[in-house]
Amino acid sequence: MSAKLQRPARKDPLHRTRLLPMPPAARSRQAQGLTAAAALGEFRLQRCEACRDWQYPPREACTSCLSDRLRWRPHPGGGELLARTEIRFGQELYFRERAPWPVGLVRLDGGPSAVAALHGDCGEAPSRVRLRLALDKAGQAMLVALPEKDTPHMSDDPLIRETSSDPKHRKVLITDAKTPIGRAMAQALIGAGAELVYGGFAEPWKRSADLEHLRALPQVTLVPLDVTDEASVRELAGVIGGKVDILINTAEHHRAETIASRPGVDTARQEMEVNYFGLLRLAKGFGPALKARAADGPTGATAWVNILSIYALTSLPAQATFSASKAAALSLAQALRAEMQGAGIRVLNVFPGPIDDEWNQLVLPPKLSPAAVAASVVEALRRGVEDVYPGEVAKDMLQRFLDNPKGLERELA
Amino acid sequence: MATRPYDDVVVAAPVTVPYVRFSTKGAHWFLARALAGLVEAVGITKRDIDGLAVSSFTLGPDTAVGFVQHVGLSPRWLEHVPMGGASAIVQLRRAARAVEAGDADLVACIAGDTNHVDSFRQSTSNFSVFARDAVYPYGSGGPNGSFALITDYFMRHYGTSAEDYGKLCVAQRANALANPLALFRKPLTLEEYLGSRMIADPIRLFDCVMPCAGADAFLVMRRETAKRLDLPHARLLGTIERHNAFPEDPVQFRGGWAQDREALYDQAGVAPKDIDFLQAYDDYPVITLMQIEDLGFCDKGEGQAFVRRNSFTVDGSFPLNTSGGQLSMGQAGAAGGHLGLVEAIRQLIGRPLGRQVAKARLGLVSGFGMINYDRGLCSGAAILAASGGKKGRKRK
Repeated sequence: MSAKLQRPARKDPLHRTRLLPMPPAARSRQAQGLTAAAALGEFRLQRCEACRDWQYPPREACTSCLSDRLRWRPHPGGGELLARTEIRFGQELYFRERAPWPVGLVRLDGGPSAVAALHGDCGEAPSRVRLRLALDKAGQAMLVALPEKDTPHMSDDPLIRETSSDPKHRKVLITDAKTPIGRAMAQALIGAGAELVYGGFAEPWKRSADLEHLRALPQVTLVPLDVTDEASVRELAGVIGGKVDILINTAEHHRAETIASRPGVDTARQEMEVNYFGLLRLAKGFGPALKARAADGPTGATAWVNILSIYALTSLPAQATFSASKAAALSLAQALRAEMQGAGIRVLNVFPGPIDDEWNQLVLPPKLSPAAVAASVVEALRRGVEDVYPGEVAKDMLQRFLDNPKGLERELA
Repeated sequence: MATRPYDDVVVAAPVTVPYVRFSTKGAHWFLARALAGLVEAVGITKRDIDGLAVSSFTLGPDTAVGFVQHVGLSPRWLEHVPMGGASAIVQLRRAARAVEAGDADLVACIAGDTNHVDSFRQSTSNFSVFARDAVYPYGSGGPNGSFALITDYFMRHYGTSAEDYGKLCVAQRANALANPLALFRKPLTLEEYLGSRMIADPIRLFDCVMPCAGADAFLVMRRETAKRLDLPHARLLGTIERHNAFPEDPVQFRGGWAQDREALYDQAGVAPKDIDFLQAYDDYPVITLMQIEDLGFCDKGEGQAFVRRNSFTVDGSFPLNTSGGQLSMGQAGAAGGHLGLVEAIRQLIGRPLGRQVAKARLGLVSGFGMINYDRGLCSGAAILAASGGKKGRKRK
C-alpha cells in the first residue's frame, strides 16, 4: 500500500533547493507515437493493419509480416508482470536520486513484452497489471504498470507523483480569479487538496461577486495582478514567484466579433494584450522561478496551465479576433512547453469549446460550465496529461480537425 | 543441408593487450597494440596479414575501414563485426571460410575498446534504437537492469538460488588467482558474494562484470600456414551462430545455442561429454548457466543440480572460464567474447594465462552479445581441438 503523502513541513530557507537532473529524453521519431497518446492520457500501441499483430517497441515495419502499415491503436492495457527488479544504481543522476527504481518486464495481452516502470503496489511476478502511458519529467512517454486493482493512496506513489502534477499540498496561482472560471478553478483546487490558492485580480475598482466569494475562503490569498502591465507581473513574481508550484492562466479578454462587425482594432488589440502578451509577460515573470523549483521536494513546482480555446486550432469567424489571439497564445504555449519541459515543468494546454459565460451569450448549447472546465483541469493535473479537450464540442472539433482540417475550416465559415 | 566441415582451419597466436579499468587512450591504440602483439608473436610483418576482422564499440565514427588506414594495412579481405560478445565466434566463422576458400591466407581477428570515465554511460544510453526508446529511460540500469529481469525470471521459474550463481562467480575468481592479467585477483568467498550489495535485485555486485579497456586477438589460417610459420595452434572443429533466436519467448530463458547445438556437435563430430573445458560468455552468471543448459551439458532447468555437482575450477570438475572470465578479468567492450576464445587457444597449446587444465584436448567457446532491447540477440559457439589430437572429426 502506498504511503499517504503528508503535508510537507515548512521549507527551511537556509536549505539549498535541489535541482532536477533530467531523465533521458532522446527518442526515435517512431517512439513519439507513444508520447502523442500519453499527452492525451490514452493507451495506444502500434498495430499492424495487415496481420493485426501488436508491436512494441515502436518500429517502422511489422515484426510478424513486414508490412509497413502500422497504426497507433488503443490497446486495453492489460498485461502480466513476468519479472521485476529494483534498479539501485542507474547511470543517470535522475534515477540515482530516486533509487531504488522499480522496473518490470510485462507481457502485454495479445502482444509483445515491454519494460515498464512499476507502481509500488505492483505485486511479485507473475501477477496481473494495468499499463498506462505517462509523461515523465522530460515530457516523454513512459510505460507505467499499475496494480490490477486500485489500492489506498495509490496516487501518492512516488512514480505517480513524478509523472503527474497533482495539486494536493501544492500552491497554485490563478492569474485571474475575478471571473466565473477563476472562481470555479479555485474551488476545484481547494477540493483537490491544494495548500494555498493565490487569486490574481486586476482593476480593483471593479466589483466582482466571484472575487468576494473567494475572499471569504481561508485557503485563498488574493493578490493584485494585471497581466497587461509588465510591472505588475514582475512585482508579483518577485513576491510569490518562488512559492508557486502550479500556475493557471485564466486571464482572458473575449469579445464575439467578426472582422467587419466594428471599425478599428481596439478590441483585437486588447485581446492580444491579455491573451497573447499577457501569457508572454507571465512566462517571462514566473517562468524562471518555476523552472528552478521542479525538484523542490515532493510538492515542488510542477505545471503551467493555459486556458486556450478550441478555436485556437481553427478560427471561428464569428469570433475572429478572439480566435486569432488564442491561436497566437497556442503558438507561444508550444514554445513555452519546449522551454519548460527541459526543466521538468509540464505545460498543459486546455482547449475548451464555448464556455457558458457572458461573452458566449448568443452561442447555442452545448456550452461548458466553468465548473466543468475547472474539473477537467484538476483531472488533467492528476492524470499527468498535457493536452485537454473538455466537453463535447471540443472533442468533436478535435476529431474533425484531425480527420480533415480543410473541411473544418469550411464548416466553421 | 548440414554445414560443411572445416578443411584444416586452425587458430593460433592468442594475444591479450592487458586490461586497465580506465584509459585516456582511444580504441585505435588498443586495437593497434593487439595487431602489434600478433606480428610480434608470429615473427611476421604486418604486410603478411592479408585478412582482418575488427570488433569495437568505441572505434566510432571509424569502422574496420578507417582502422586499416590508421595502421597502414592493405588487406584483401576485411570484416567489421559489430556483434558484441558474439563477435569472436562470428569473426572466427567468417575468417575460417575465407582461408578455406583462399580469399585470405592469414586473418587477424581483433577486438578491443577503450574505457574513458564516462564511456559506459554514453555507450548504454545510445546502444540501440529500442534500448534508447524503451529501456534506457526506465531506470538507466544498462545491462544490469536487463539481466536482473532475466535472472529474476530464471530464479523463480527454475528454482536457481543466489548460492548457485555465487558458486560460479567464486569458482571463476579461484581460476583467476593465477592469472597475472586478471583485474580481480583477490580471493572471493561465497559469504562475500552473498553479502555484496544489490545493484539491481537479484543482481549483486559480484554478478556484474566491470567495464574496462583492453584488447584481444588471434589468427586464423590453414594448418599448412601454421606449420610453415612454426606456430602452435588449435584445430577448428565446428561453429554455430544465431541471431534473434526464439523471438516469441516472452522473456529470455534460452539462447540460440538451444536451437543449433546439434549442428555444432555434428559438425565437430563430438558430444558434450567429450568437452574438457568450457569458456562461456559470463557477463552475468545466469547467462553462463543458460549456456551450460542450452549447449547440452545438462537439460533445461537442470542447471541448478549441475552447478551443485561440479566445481568449475581448473583442477576440478567441468573447468569453466579458466582465466577467470570477464567476471575476474574485466569486460573490455567487444573483446569480452574474444577473452574466452584466446584462453581456449592458450589451454589447447599449453600456454594458459593462469593454470593449465589437465589433458585439455577439446574446448568449447561460447559467445553472446547485444542486448538490443530485452534480451541478448547474438549467440554463437565453437569447438576447438588440440593439434594432433584424436578427438573430433577426422581430417580428410
